[in-house]
Amino acid sequence: MSEDLTARVSAICGEYGSDAGRMMDIAWRLQRTFGEVSSEAMDVIASETGATRADVESCVSFYSFFSTHKHGRVVIRLSNDVPDRMAGYHRVLGAFEDELGVKCGETTEDGAFTLESTACVGLSDQAPAALINDVPFTELSTDDAREIVRELRKHMDPRRLVHKLGDGNNAHPLIHSMVHNNLRGTGLTLFTSYNRGEAIQKALSMSPVEVIRAVKTARLRGRGGAGFPTGMKWEFTRGARGEPKFIICNADEGEPGTFKDRVLLTERSDRVFAGLTIAGYAIGASEGIVYLRAEYAYLRSFLEAQLEKRRADGLLGESILGHEAFDFDIRIQMGAGAYVCGEETALISSCEGTRGDPKNRPPFPAQEGYLGLPTSVNNVETLCCVAKILEMGPATFCEYGTHQSSGTKLLSISGDVCQPGIYEVPFGTTLREVLEMSEAEDPVAVQVGGPSGQLVGPEDFDREICFDDLATGGSMIVFGPDRDLLKVVEAFMDFFVEESCGYCTPCRIGNVLLRDAVTRVRQRQMEPADIDEMERLAGTVARTSRCGLGQTSPNPILSTLKNFRHLYDELVEEAPDGQRRSFDLDAEVTAAAAIAGRPDGE
Amino acid sequence: MSENGKGTVAAKPRVATTSLAGCFGCHMSILDIDERILDLVEIIDFDKSPINDFKVFQEQCVVGLIEGGCCNEENVHVLRDFRKKCDILVSVGDCATMGGIPALRNTIPLEECLREAYVDGPTVHNPSGEIPVDEDIPLLLNKVFPAHEVVKIDYYLPGCPPSADALWAALSALLSDEPVELPYSLIKYD
Ligand SMILES: Cc1cc2nc3c(=O)[nH]c(=O)nc-3n(C[C@H](O)[C@H](O)[C@H](O)COP(=O)(O)O)c2cc1C
Ligand code: SF4
Ligand code: SF4
Repeated sequence: MSEDLTARVSAICGEYGSDAGRMMDIAWRLQRTFGEVSSEAMDVIASETGATRADVESCVSFYSFFSTHKHGRVVIRLSNDVPDRMAGYHRVLGAFEDELGVKCGETTEDGAFTLESTACVGLSDQAPAALINDVPFTELSTDDAREIVRELRKHMDPRRLVHKLGDGNNAHPLIHSMVHNNLRGTGLTLFTSYNRGEAIQKALSMSPVEVIRAVKTARLRGRGGAGFPTGMKWEFTRGARGEPKFIICNADEGEPGTFKDRVLLTERSDRVFAGLTIAGYAIGASEGIVYLRAEYAYLRSFLEAQLEKRRADGLLGESILGHEAFDFDIRIQMGAGAYVCGEETALISSCEGTRGDPKNRPPFPAQEGYLGLPTSVNNVETLCCVAKILEMGPATFCEYGTHQSSGTKLLSISGDVCQPGIYEVPFGTTLREVLEMSEAEDPVAVQVGGPSGQLVGPEDFDREICFDDLATGGSMIVFGPDRDLLKVVEAFMDFFVEESCGYCTPCRIGNVLLRDAVTRVRQRQMEPADIDEMERLAGTVARTSRCGLGQTSPNPILSTLKNFRHLYDELVEEAPDGQRRSFDLDAEVTAAAAIAGRPDGE
Repeated sequence: MSENGKGTVAAKPRVATTSLAGCFGCHMSILDIDERILDLVEIIDFDKSPINDFKVFQEQCVVGLIEGGCCNEENVHVLRDFRKKCDILVSVGDCATMGGIPALRNTIPLEECLREAYVDGPTVHNPSGEIPVDEDIPLLLNKVFPAHEVVKIDYYLPGCPPSADALWAALSALLSDEPVELPYSLIKYD
């Protein structure tokens, strides 16, 4: 191994105190510096941090943004989510492949470009989208793809390709991006104007317990999907034994079709950070972590600058706003491309520098979270609501929404609508109203809550968006009459197969079997009894998986079986002679025929 | 049930069995019903089966017991023939049900498997360095398939092998037109 490499890797480890708990940061630095985290580099990390070699590799190999072989200097990651596919992903991918002369997943021979596809990058309202290194590219056409490659060949700097800047802070020099906020109906609460420091000021005028009481009075429930009462979570964390305590902001936003946290972080980071600070005050934490998904790395310098400004203004750091007893600071922890890391216990594993394995519960994070200490994990939007509750008072906050679901919800709407983007609606709004607002074109189905949610049809359009009826973390993908819904189901199952952490059998294997079953249904190879079998297996995966990913992964199948059963029934047929149509003997003897020198199989 | 089956009065119902990509362990378990085999032949006739060594079907059968999945083209032909000649097909054992041990090769390309077995393996003596090829050797399938991916299977008996008691219980139920409901103790394996 070269001495130079050893020295440089040790230096990088040294910057993070040779702390194995900072493995994510170390791996990121290596990935950015060398275009890979090589086997030799992992040896050095292991000896520097004291982690075992296996631990280092199990972390590095887990995340899709790290590579153990050399990536090109420019990595093009094309988002392959359903809205991207609806908007021309395959054509754009073809143009990239053609122009680069490599297939998806490969690196050009000169080591300049790597072309990959990746799960939703949080730009479904401006699909098809791609990340080139960290830089987002939106609404790509095949011409764009070719032009991008030609330009990059000249200077290899994707930032120089951003000619037209997006609106709002997207045009801020530290973001400098073509992304658009697409704020549509968002006047109600979260995007209103604000006085910096007001929310924290009000919180600090109360005791922590009073702050928790205010959040409870507002009946705030978590916006990350599960809808757990925020005040109760804080109370548990505050009351749990163990010091110090931690508060984590979940900015992983991995549910395909969701992009509202991106816009909050772009336009209202002050509210997010204020909410996080208030949460820290309430539970008795002095350190907050923002777990930011790798796809949003382009926001990082901007967010760091915002944090710095808050420190300068006394809103972070020691004795916040002169409040002697309250020190609090925030650090940003980058993720590295893993949907499961949005699940709070996997997120904590990742923050601790290991692969994103979910943990067994109990103990819950409130009891034993980050580093085994009491931790509250809250979604970006939840924390924004917290700041808003302090600003406007719990009573006013509750004027929006329903009794069980107070306040408003941000929706990320994409697919077959004329006005895709971010909408803020009071809980209790019907799906039909939302479809009208976003000018959906003849909608026949809506994926509510992303792949882990459900696909509903017109008979459900009058249901209300709230925790007790149509629950959603915010993702809404609308489908018009020409869409092949089973193709959508297949794509979602592909997503879960790809993103399963592999820890438990029902999820690791069950999802592959389910995905393959959908494929075969689409190929008209299945029989009616296979659909029943598929439904049984889906139920088993949902019931026996270890974490929320596997427990919800069969939902695309279960909800289409419930709401669009005819799509399956139309494609299956009894085989009268009992011979399976899906089995093709000629196709199955190709390898052996070639070995035997009988290419025709005879 | 077909008219040739046990619906007719005179003839005894016929049972056929076969071992495809299996180890014959499941057939051993059939023999393990011990002296009950005498009761069995009172009420059934064995058709094509390794037990009586009949190579071809004599008549339409009521029940076909399948041991093993399909690893080569001959397995496929036999299994398809069983589907035609038996009213009810039962996958007996884990190989038939899931592919079992033979399916361990499914993650390894076929050529690599054969090279390891006939050329590169540490205990192999093969000066010619060739993989055996003969037109009488059935072609292997790219992968090993459980029986139900090739033909429709009506019942599954888990186990490696299923116990003699489980086989006996299942067969008695099928032949007497009772619902096949095995107690948990017969299909629990740890
Ligand atoms: C597979 C999976 C992915 C998740 N992804 C996210 C996510 O990206 N963002 C988020 O806030 N919560 C996500 N969650 C929910 C979190 O586990 C957790 O409930 C949430 O962050 C708590 O915050 P809240 O109470 O403010 O909603 C995910 C859950 C699962 C099971
Ligand atoms: S359910 Fe899936 S993601 Fe969750 S622990 Fe099991 S394998 Fe991992
Ligand atoms: S299930 Fe077990 S006993 Fe039966 S054939 Fe397979 S390996 Fe042999």
